[in-house]
Formats: sequence, structure tokens, C-alpha cells
Amino acid sequence: MLQAIRRWAIVMVLHAAGCAAAFAGEIVQVKISDLAFSPAEVTIRVGDTVEWVNSDFIDHTATANDGAFDLYIEAGKSAQLTVQNAGTFSYYCRVHPNMTATLIVVAP
Amino acid sequence: MRQFRATGLTAALLLAVLPAPLLAADKPTDPQIAHIAYTAGDLDVKAAQLALEKSKTESVRAFANDMVRDHKAVNDKALALVKKLNVTPEDNDTSKGLVKQANDKAAELGKLSGAAFDKAYVENEVAYHKTVNGALETTLIPSSSNGELKSLLETGLKIFKAHEMHAEKLAGELK
Repeated sequence: MLQAIRRWAIVMVLHAAGCAAAFAGEIVQVKISDLAFSPAEVTIRVGDTVEWVNSDFIDHTATANDGAFDLYIEAGKSAQLTVQNAGTFSYYCRVHPNMTATLIVVAP
Repeated sequence: MRQFRATGLTAALLLAVLPAPLLAADKPTDPQIAHIAYTAGDLDVKAAQLALEKSKTESVRAFANDMVRDHKAVNDKALALVKKLNVTPEDNDTSKGLVKQANDKAAELGKLSGAAFDKAYVENEVAYHKTVNGALETTLIPSSSNGELKSLLETGLKIFKAHEMHAEKLAGELK
């Protein structure tokens, strides 16, 4: 009986570890300042999260050229995106289309 | 075609109006520059509000909403700055000329509807931003004495250049 409880406990710990691993992606920041994304190119892994931090006094967007994502980032605020698919995504700001950058997502 | 010509004419008239302080030998003062920059932004907000009343095209309405939001944000900064610097914006011939041209254009746009309105509004946005950006680059920024005013005008120029590009992109899509 004790052995059974121990075995169950181990299984639970492994489950918890599995869950933690699934959400353990890194958060990578892209700063928006003076109408520019910085860095202009970032490479992350599938499951990682990109956080755009807008320090301008005007709103921006991070909009993928191929429509894969479209985030609205208010002035002085931030927005996050957890990426589930590998690929190279060129993106821009819809309001200020001269703001362009690239997000590279590689397999985990 | 007629609209395109009208837009070109407006741009030419604005160009004639904007460098007036330079022609008067004296460069514009900071209170005059603040008034011109604020007026230019306010007029673009009014043009966008007209577009929001008249246009049903999603991309044109989105552009107009962007113009309202950005120009109001820049003008809020400008108002806060003049308050901080204890500067009273001073009306001048350039500001007056801008208002007159914008009123004339609004009257012209008011007579249009549907696709003709969209096209004329967006083409005028291209011409208007081009003209204002030219004035910022050649006259207003170099003439401003206060560092904070100059810096705000430089940020404004970056924003308005992005608007010019956005308007050009939209004009291309409407053709």
C-alpha cells in the first residue's frame, strides 16, 4: 500500500514537472521606442513568448505580413504573444508602416 | 483625374503659404512655430473626422481613426510643453493660410461621396503630410530655439512621415 502511494506520488510529480515544462518558455522582450522595434530581429523557440514594450506616447501594432498575428500595443503598455509555430515572420506597425522587424521562431 | 489635379493644386497652395515667415526675412518664433504645428495637427484631425462621417470603407476609416489618435496624442504633448515652457502659441499668417486651405478642401470633399470621396481624402492626406513634413524639415525644426520644442517637432516629423507612407500605401490600394 505504501509503495502504491509512493508510486502515485512520483507520477504526480512527473506530471507537475511535465506541465511546468510546457509553460516554461522564455519571455523575450522587443522594445518599441522612437518609432522603431529593437532589436529589429529576434530568434526564439516554439513555446517562447515575445513581449513588445511600447515606451512611445502613441499606440503601435505588431502585425505579421502574412497575417499570422496582429497585436495592438497601447502607448506606454506592453503586449505578449506565445508562439506555437516555427517560421520566419516579417512584421510591421499598421499605423506606421515604416516600422518593420523580423521574428524567427525555431523548433524547441 | 479632376480630383488629382485639385489635390495637386492644394499642395501647391500650401507650399506657397507655409514658408511665409521665411519670406518675411524673419524666421518664425517658437510661439508661432508651436501654433503652426498644433494647427496642422488639428486640421488633420478635422479632416479625419469628416472621413469618419462620410466613408464606409473599412481601410479608410481605420486610417482616419489612426490620424485622430496620433495627431491628438502629439497635440496633447505640444499643449503640455507650451504650458510647461509658459509659452502662448501665437496665431500667424502661416497658421491662417493652413486653416483657409483646409476649409476650402473640406468644402470640396464635402461634395463627394463613396469611392470618389475615399480617393480624394486619401490623396489629399498624402499631399498634406508631404507639405507639412517639408515645412517641418526645412523651416519649423531648424527655426525652433527651444530644445524640447525642437525634439517634439522631430518626433512629430517621424510620426507624420509614417502617416505619409501609410496614406501612400492606402492610396495605392484604392486605385
